[in-house]
Amino acid sequence: MVVATCILAMSVVRQRLHDFMRMIQPDEKWDCTFFTRKEILRLHGRYHELAPHLVPMDYTNDPDCKLPLALIVNMPELKENPFRNRIVESFSEDGMGNLSFNEFVDMFSVLSEMAPRELKAIYAFKIYDFNVDNYLCKEDLEKTLNKLTKEELTPEEVELVCEKTIEEADLDGDNKLSYADFENMISRAPDFLR
Amino acid sequence: MPPKRKTQTAVKVEDVGMEVDAVADSGSEEEARRRSKNRRAKPQRRAKQVSDDEEDEEDDDEAQRKRGRKKKARPRDSDEDDEEDSRSVKSKGSKASRRKAAKEESDEESEEDRGKKKKGGRAVSKKEKEEQNQEKKGNGKGRGGKDKDGEKDKKKKNGRMSSSSGSESDEESMSEGEIAALKEQVEEKKKLIATLRNKPWRMKRRLVLLKEAQEFVEKFEGALGKGKGRRLYAFKVMMTKKLIKFKRDFENFKTACIPWERKIKEVESHFGSSVASYFIFLRWMYGLNLVLFGFMFGLVVLPEVLMGLPYGSIPRKTVPREEQPTAMDFSVLFDFGGYCKYSILFYGYYNNLRTIGLLQFRLPLSYLLVGVGIFGYSLMVVIRTMARNSNEGGDGAEEGEFTFSWKMFTSWDYLIGNPETADNKFASITTSFKESIVDEQENQKDENIHLRRFLRVLANVMILCCLGGSGYLIYFVVKRSQEFAEMKSEDLSWFEKNEVEFVMSLLGLVCPPLFETIAELEDYHPRIALKWQLGRIFALFLGNLYTFLFALFDEVTAKLESEKSIKNATEWALNEYYANYSSFFNTTDIPPPAVNPADVVRGPCWETGVGIEFVKLIVSDMQVTYLTILIGDFVRAVIVRFLNYCWCWDLEAGFPSYGEFDISGNVLGLVFNQGMIWMGAFYAPGLVGLNVLRLLCSMYYQCWAVMACNVPHERVFKASRSNNFYMGLLLLVLFLSLLPVVYTIMTLPPSFDCGPFSGQEKMYDVVMETIEQDLPSFIGNIFTYATNPGLIMPAVLLMVLAIYYLNAVSKGYQQANVDLKRKMQMARDEEKNRRNNKDSTNQVMKDLEDLLPNKSLIPPPTDEEPPPPDVVIEKGSKSPKTKPGAAGKGVNLQKDVSLAAPNPRGPVTRAPGPRGGPPGNARGPQPGPGRGRGRSDPRR
Repeated sequence: MVVATCILAMSVVRQRLHDFMRMIQPDEKWDCTFFTRKEILRLHGRYHELAPHLVPMDYTNDPDCKLPLALIVNMPELKENPFRNRIVESFSEDGMGNLSFNEFVDMFSVLSEMAPRELKAIYAFKIYDFNVDNYLCKEDLEKTLNKLTKEELTPEEVELVCEKTIEEADLDGDNKLSYADFENMISRAPDFLR
Repeated sequence: MPPKRKTQTAVKVEDVGMEVDAVADSGSEEEARRRSKNRRAKPQRRAKQVSDDEEDEEDDDEAQRKRGRKKKARPRDSDEDDEEDSRSVKSKGSKASRRKAAKEESDEESEEDRGKKKKGGRAVSKKEKEEQNQEKKGNGKGRGGKDKDGEKDKKKKNGRMSSSSGSESDEESMSEGEIAALKEQVEEKKKLIATLRNKPWRMKRRLVLLKEAQEFVEKFEGALGKGKGRRLYAFKVMMTKKLIKFKRDFENFKTACIPWERKIKEVESHFGSSVASYFIFLRWMYGLNLVLFGFMFGLVVLPEVLMGLPYGSIPRKTVPREEQPTAMDFSVLFDFGGYCKYSILFYGYYNNLRTIGLLQFRLPLSYLLVGVGIFGYSLMVVIRTMARNSNEGGDGAEEGEFTFSWKMFTSWDYLIGNPETADNKFASITTSFKESIVDEQENQKDENIHLRRFLRVLANVMILCCLGGSGYLIYFVVKRSQEFAEMKSEDLSWFEKNEVEFVMSLLGLVCPPLFETIAELEDYHPRIALKWQLGRIFALFLGNLYTFLFALFDEVTAKLESEKSIKNATEWALNEYYANYSSFFNTTDIPPPAVNPADVVRGPCWETGVGIEFVKLIVSDMQVTYLTILIGDFVRAVIVRFLNYCWCWDLEAGFPSYGEFDISGNVLGLVFNQGMIWMGAFYAPGLVGLNVLRLLCSMYYQCWAVMACNVPHERVFKASRSNNFYMGLLLLVLFLSLLPVVYTIMTLPPSFDCGPFSGQEKMYDVVMETIEQDLPSFIGNIFTYATNPGLIMPAVLLMVLAIYYLNAVSKGYQQANVDLKRKMQMARDEEKNRRNNKDSTNQVMKDLEDLLPNKSLIPPPTDEEPPPPDVVIEKGSKSPKTKPGAAGKGVNLQKDVSLAAPNPRGPVTRAPGPRGGPPGNARGPQPGPGRGRGRSDPRR
């Protein structure tokens, strides 16, 4: 009897596991991301860990759960990043920073070191584009700078730096950086790798 | 809805009639297109009308489904639509020419359409529908090559055929071209699957696309290939799938195999990439040494152990009698004397038998080849890594072009996950920005430059003094040690015996911090400062190393002298023995003298001496390094941490603080350590194994130390990825360590009674011997010819020429590169000027125009003056509106608009009211009018 229940439990667990695997589609995400199956499963663990009461362990009926920005931003990987809110926002579909698991995996896939430079440049541009207008205008740069330096620079200095930046990188003279400008600039940067 | 339908029929008839008239009237393209749209809508209506109610519903469903499918972001479908459009347009055109046939033809076409519809409606299996869709696509694809009319005919035929035969299976009607097209499409889908992860799309979209593509591929891969080819094709597909899976697994396996990945990542996240670069270098070095160890162990040490004579069988493998009492003492063993000296670790132990064991292994030859091969392999690996790194390093953009931009967008190290490091990073970014600002300001008014220059020169002078001083100190100590060497070892104290090593370690300990202190005068960026620091310490270490080498050479020559006398003595004794023996026993069959191997008189065996020196050096270096870490980092950290509670000032923030990880020192230590290994490996085969152990220990120990007791750098900086600087140092050291070894191999005579080359005149004679005895004679001939000076000289000449040529070519490429860069820069500037300085050029134009006598041109300039603010406002206000919707195309569109914007300014600003409407409309959905407007402007 005991054995039977054990076997039953085991089979249930296996079934669950199987369903779970199928539902979060690690193999298919393999094609969509730079992660291995194992890594995706681990990522799911992390995702679940963030909000155990919100995220179900089995994805059998594909629940439509999303984690709010505040939870994700507190992950140790992002906690110290000055652009953490922007990162999460630019990867969320609604723009508010709520991430479904798909988007969560997507985010880490792009941030991983296997992602090619071009892809990173695209997302970097999105991250730096604070007001989501597909241009880096002066306000964006000011915000970036203030985040980078924790607002230690005086307004004049910020002004100067932003002007200089635009002057350096702006190719078409519209006083803001389009993606083409950004890509041109970033592709030559020796440090832009991750 | 029967009544409605009736009205529809009526309307339709009228429509047709009117249409024919209209076509006859206008016949213009646009008209035709509009008409064709009508027409296209109509047949559907008619189809509906003709069919039953059920069919009607089905039709609707079908249409919806079709629409749904079309929505799935497949560009091909839209193509198809276009094609259909154009087709009807064409038919219209042709109809216009032959008016009378028009009616019939339209009927026919509608019928055909109807037929299709019907068939679509009746189609039972979904697959078939897909098939049809696919077939259409195939046609669409094939269209590129074929004539449009032919295409049309074909389509019609298809349509008729399908309408007549009802739900006939389409698979049979697939022609060769279609299969090819299908195949192409499948390939395309596969490519999509492969590159999907590089696309900046949302995950959902990717998943949907992926599923679609996979389903598609699965569905049609099977359908492809018929009859005989089918099985083969299926097999091929299966194999590719298996292969892909295997590749995946292998990739996973490969990533799992990289050792210490997690450890290094952890360090990286705490200390930034510069510290991690050291550990990555260490790991690389470990891999290299592992390979060297494999060579050495597998080809030299193991054969000697397994197949050579055992310990104690011959004099070179036995501890001499007078050393035996102390041979097992720890102090002796610790100095690598006693049993250590006569062990497998050192050169002297190896026997000079030409071949050993059952396999006839030629140990001396193998020894020489491995000794030289280690250098060859290292050289190859280092150079290959360097080349790969330099390839990765990008095109090396011009420094200073994007200073601020790069700082702005790339200065954050996304790997930092530690609050302290993050704080430091913030601080360092702020400082670097401030520095750049100051630099920027100083570019105009370089006041301080003299002071800075003076300071830098001063610092360099001081460092040169330090280097000179340390060089002299080493020279002095080495001289003294030679004096000591002539004295008896019992009279000397421990310090006097180890003076050289002690002084060298001390210098290595004291000088780098001293340099660092002095380097603060210079005030370089830390990355540049690191390079300077590395260069200086390199000079110091190099001085030490070469002083050590010269001292060693003195010792070797001294040993060679003594060896010569001992050799003569032994030979004389042997001859004496032979003479005595033959005269005493009166026989020529003389057995070798029956002496215990421990009692045989033997030479000093300078090779083993050199090997011992290197091993000792490595060991003492290891001790010093580990002790420094233990005391300088660990004890300091403990004191700072726990004494802080009861101290007068804040120890953590104040004077002693915690240690920082010394990147330059550690890297150079590693590089020089490797140099010692390369030099010493020939004389002490066990050294490589020792080094592997050492590196392994270092990895764990230093990882622990850095995580436990170091704090991140005050000015965290990113290591540039292409750490060719380290590799360059390594290459230099490799070359420098190659010199003495090759020199000794080529010139010095090997010891007569120890080592694998004993009995030879020179070490490389082993090779000659092998060539003469074991290889066919013609190879020997070839070798003699090849070594002929008459052949070597031209070869050298040829190499020099080749170098010269390659150098010239590379210079040419460089020049071309520079030119291209300049051209790009020029183009950029031009572009900038053209757009930026519009006002200024306009100003010039205005002035010119003012100067003209004819004042009729004045109005335009007055018009042109107000717009600039307007334009700015326009951009500011309009951009957010247009952008969110327009994704990829929006950028171009916007560019176009901004290009066009300045032009209509003049005429339009006069009437701002009506202008507000059209641009918005024009910019939103249709790019056509906007562009047209820009083009139509005459002044552009």
